[in-house]
Amino acid sequence: MKNRWMNAKWIGLISVLMVFLSGCGKNHLSTLRPAGEVGQEQFNLMLLSIIIMILVILVVVVLFTFALTKSRRSKVGEDFEPKDVAGNHTLEVIWTSIPILLLIILAIPTIYFTFKQADTQAMETEDGELNSEEVIVNVTAHQYWWEFEYPNQEVVTSQELVVPTDTKVYFNLHGADVKHSFWVPAAGGKMDTNIDGINSFYLVFDDEKAQDSERLFNGKCAELCGPSHALMDFKVKALPQEEYDQWLADMKAVEEPAQASADDAAEGQGIFNNSCIGCHAVTPQGAGAQGPNLANFGDRDLIAGYLEHNKENLVDWISDPESLKPGNKMTGAYDLSEEEIDKVAEYLMGLNVEEGSGDVSALEEDDEESSEEDSSEEGGN
Amino acid sequence: MASATKKRGVGPVIWDYMTTVDHKKIAILYLIAGGFFFALGGIEAMLIRIQLAVPNNDFLSAGLFNEVITMHGTTMIFLAAMPLLFAFMNATVPLQIGARDVAFPFLNSLGVWLFIFGGIFLNLSWFMGGAPDAGWTSYASLSIKSPGHGIDFYALGLQIAGAGTLISGINFVTTIISMRAPGMTYMRMPLMTWTTLVASVLIVFAFPPLTIGLFLLTFDRMFGSSFFLVETGGNTIIWEHLFWIFGHPEVYILILPAFGIFSEIFATFARKRLFGYSAMVFATVLIGFFGFMVWAHHMFTVGLGPTANAIFSVATMAIAVPTGIKIFNWIFTIWGGSIEFTTPMLYALAFIPSFVMGGVTGIMQAAAPADYQYHDSYFIVAHFHYVIVGGVVFGLLAGLHYYWPLMFGTMLSEKLGKISFVLFVAGFHMTFLIQHFLGLWGMPRRVFTYLDGQGYNTSNMISTVGALMMAVAVIILLINIIITVAKNQKVGRDPWGDGRTLEWSLPLPVPHYNFAQTPLIRGLDAYWIEKKENDGKMMPAESLDDFHMPNNSIIPFVISLGLFVAAFGALHFASGKEWAIDAVSDLPQHPWALWVLILGLAIVFISMGVRSWKDDLGYYVTKEEVLKDLEEQERGAK
Repeated sequence: MKNRWMNAKWIGLISVLMVFLSGCGKNHLSTLRPAGEVGQEQFNLMLLSIIIMILVILVVVVLFTFALTKSRRSKVGEDFEPKDVAGNHTLEVIWTSIPILLLIILAIPTIYFTFKQADTQAMETEDGELNSEEVIVNVTAHQYWWEFEYPNQEVVTSQELVVPTDTKVYFNLHGADVKHSFWVPAAGGKMDTNIDGINSFYLVFDDEKAQDSERLFNGKCAELCGPSHALMDFKVKALPQEEYDQWLADMKAVEEPAQASADDAAEGQGIFNNSCIGCHAVTPQGAGAQGPNLANFGDRDLIAGYLEHNKENLVDWISDPESLKPGNKMTGAYDLSEEEIDKVAEYLMGLNVEEGSGDVSALEEDDEESSEEDSSEEGGN
Repeated sequence: MASATKKRGVGPVIWDYMTTVDHKKIAILYLIAGGFFFALGGIEAMLIRIQLAVPNNDFLSAGLFNEVITMHGTTMIFLAAMPLLFAFMNATVPLQIGARDVAFPFLNSLGVWLFIFGGIFLNLSWFMGGAPDAGWTSYASLSIKSPGHGIDFYALGLQIAGAGTLISGINFVTTIISMRAPGMTYMRMPLMTWTTLVASVLIVFAFPPLTIGLFLLTFDRMFGSSFFLVETGGNTIIWEHLFWIFGHPEVYILILPAFGIFSEIFATFARKRLFGYSAMVFATVLIGFFGFMVWAHHMFTVGLGPTANAIFSVATMAIAVPTGIKIFNWIFTIWGGSIEFTTPMLYALAFIPSFVMGGVTGIMQAAAPADYQYHDSYFIVAHFHYVIVGGVVFGLLAGLHYYWPLMFGTMLSEKLGKISFVLFVAGFHMTFLIQHFLGLWGMPRRVFTYLDGQGYNTSNMISTVGALMMAVAVIILLINIIITVAKNQKVGRDPWGDGRTLEWSLPLPVPHYNFAQTPLIRGLDAYWIEKKENDGKMMPAESLDDFHMPNNSIIPFVISLGLFVAAFGALHFASGKEWAIDAVSDLPQHPWALWVLILGLAIVFISMGVRSWKDDLGYYVTKEEVLKDLEEQERGAK
């Protein structure tokens, strides 16, 4: 009987906690609404530690309150002389050993998940080549924007990370100028983008959870990186595998810069090619450019990583980037009139990658080819 | 001597404090300077909270906000919390162990002046081209890139202040080991003395890594070396290691003396000896020891690999055990006691639940995979404010009320003290409890603003209102201090009535030589024993005789001034030089910089030379003088 009551109490406590914790925060950016395996494991670890810690707090508070109320001078009297107690060995042993036990309970899953979540062996094949079977993204953090390169497909994009759902997405992280930190709170913990070397880890995005948040998650920079650190947001678009493959194929199909059709936009393209192309590529190739890749700019959800995606904001941004993202590297790099800026904006808003233009099977063949190449190389060795 | 100091003008008093080597006056210097910087850091905190009260706020610009957070953190840790703790360590430790002064009175004075000049130098950055803006951790890639001289102010200012801290640490270790009165064995030392000893040992081992890190940073920025310049073979992760090998023990350097203050207060106002004294001592030493083995838990997301992360996870969890022992011992100290709710006792009581909450979130972060989520989010901000405000600042406020009569011979108003206590504690929880959730909802720390529509608005407003309450509490405390100083109602020996340790056996104000005769210590809580088993007077361990005291000296002030001057030379040395790093190579050249540097160092070395070659043998306090003082005290008591 007693056991069942104890169980009920635990279940009650856990469910109260669940309601309290998961009832809070937005599902596209809260760590309490994990949207994938990694985030879920970390959330479970949080829950375990919170339960243990609430237990500790309860014990302390109960003892403390009891000691406090029963030993008030107003209650025990002015003349009461407390007995000096040097200590108590039994008590000392109890409050040394119980915490150790609790910590062991916490330490075991901690160690297990530390190793599990650091396992990125699948990124490489046995002979140290990039594994073309896996989804791999090279992330380069800049003051104050993100570049995402898909090395297996040789596709580059920026500011908006596109990932497939229900599979492990591996990341190689690197900082271009200063240290940043790559964080998609809903999907899992962060990892720093050091300038000294490359860090690797993986995240998983659940398809169902992605649907709940309209397939868009918020990403943030978590390490102080200069004045506009707070504005170094990005979006993560989590698509089902087929749509993701199609997106990659579409991107891959863009080999030439898209020609603007409207007059204004065409003029804008001319101006862009004179003033902007030195830093910004408009084809999804060429990692490591000075500025964000703009090949699919028209399809994105944000201007400058945090403003609503419309032409007005784009014009504001090009006119005076300093006021929107203090300390950015674009300020003063060009000299354009208001009219010219309007035309460039017109051009950029029209930079779409046509859906379905790419051939998915070609992409797969590509992969196979490269893996065949790999195996032939292997044979050669 | 004491009577002679009473009727003097402002000038001689200032000169007296500039030259003093008396630990009690140095304590007051630490208190005033630390209090000033605490107010400064508090104002910076208010600026931060005002900026973050509403989304998309433009009260502070992005760059200025980063300067404010950097200076808030740096000021609070190095220029407020540590010096204020040094104030209480100086005020109590020599008295608790029955010494007439510290082991190196000259160095004690040098320590305080180095801290004051370092602090002033760091804060002058506000008026001289901008404050440091890379966070109080000043991570190398950003601090190398940070344009202007802000980071140089940080590196040089902390170098000077840090040297002062290191010197004081060495001084306290030596004092406690070698200057204890007869009978004051290690296991009879009050907890405040024990925690000071352990914290001082930590200072001796933890500050050199910071010194080295700051030197490397200074060299990169001053001479164009490339310790942290990746493109020329440097490594920025080294800075993180050096900083946290210092930075984590630093947390314990702050919290241990606060633990000491609380231990004294619990025993005094529960009228009961500290429960589990030897376990408390053991736990203190253990915390100090573990403190050096956990620094990488600040770096779980740096990519050190699962083995390092797992090891540091478990090591960090282990610290919870001795800390837990302490908490339970405190609870059992008041258990069955007779609790009087004075202001210091209220702070001490509020400390237990507050600190436990900060402690458990620390354990939560020790679980590395979960920490990947907490790291650099507002959860961390909430956690370290819970331990540093709920632990250290509560300890400082408790200590301020508790030791005020010992330091100034008057009592702070209990009524105002309690009002400010309620506001401070309520404001504290209101400010920081909600920040745990902000972090879990995905709000990174050190952001100058946040966008609307992320669900952060209400919580940030609550946090700001809480901070405002804390500010009001501090203002009330200031009013309390001003009223108390103005009234100047003197109190006599053992003003709390329940003093247990040796310092309360002294007449107030404490004579400049502390003890007319070195006392004999007969057990733990030496004064309490004499009160219960004897006539309440300490037994002398020596006959009344002439004894030796050190002379005042202006040299510590001059040495510190010299380093202050030299720092300006070092600061501008690389400005506009071709070989300098990008951050300073565009600035105008200052050919005088080298000469200022040389002038400053010349002042330092000449004063050191004077100190070394000119004999200063101190003076003797004569038996007659002491007898006269004793008579006066006798008359005063009647």
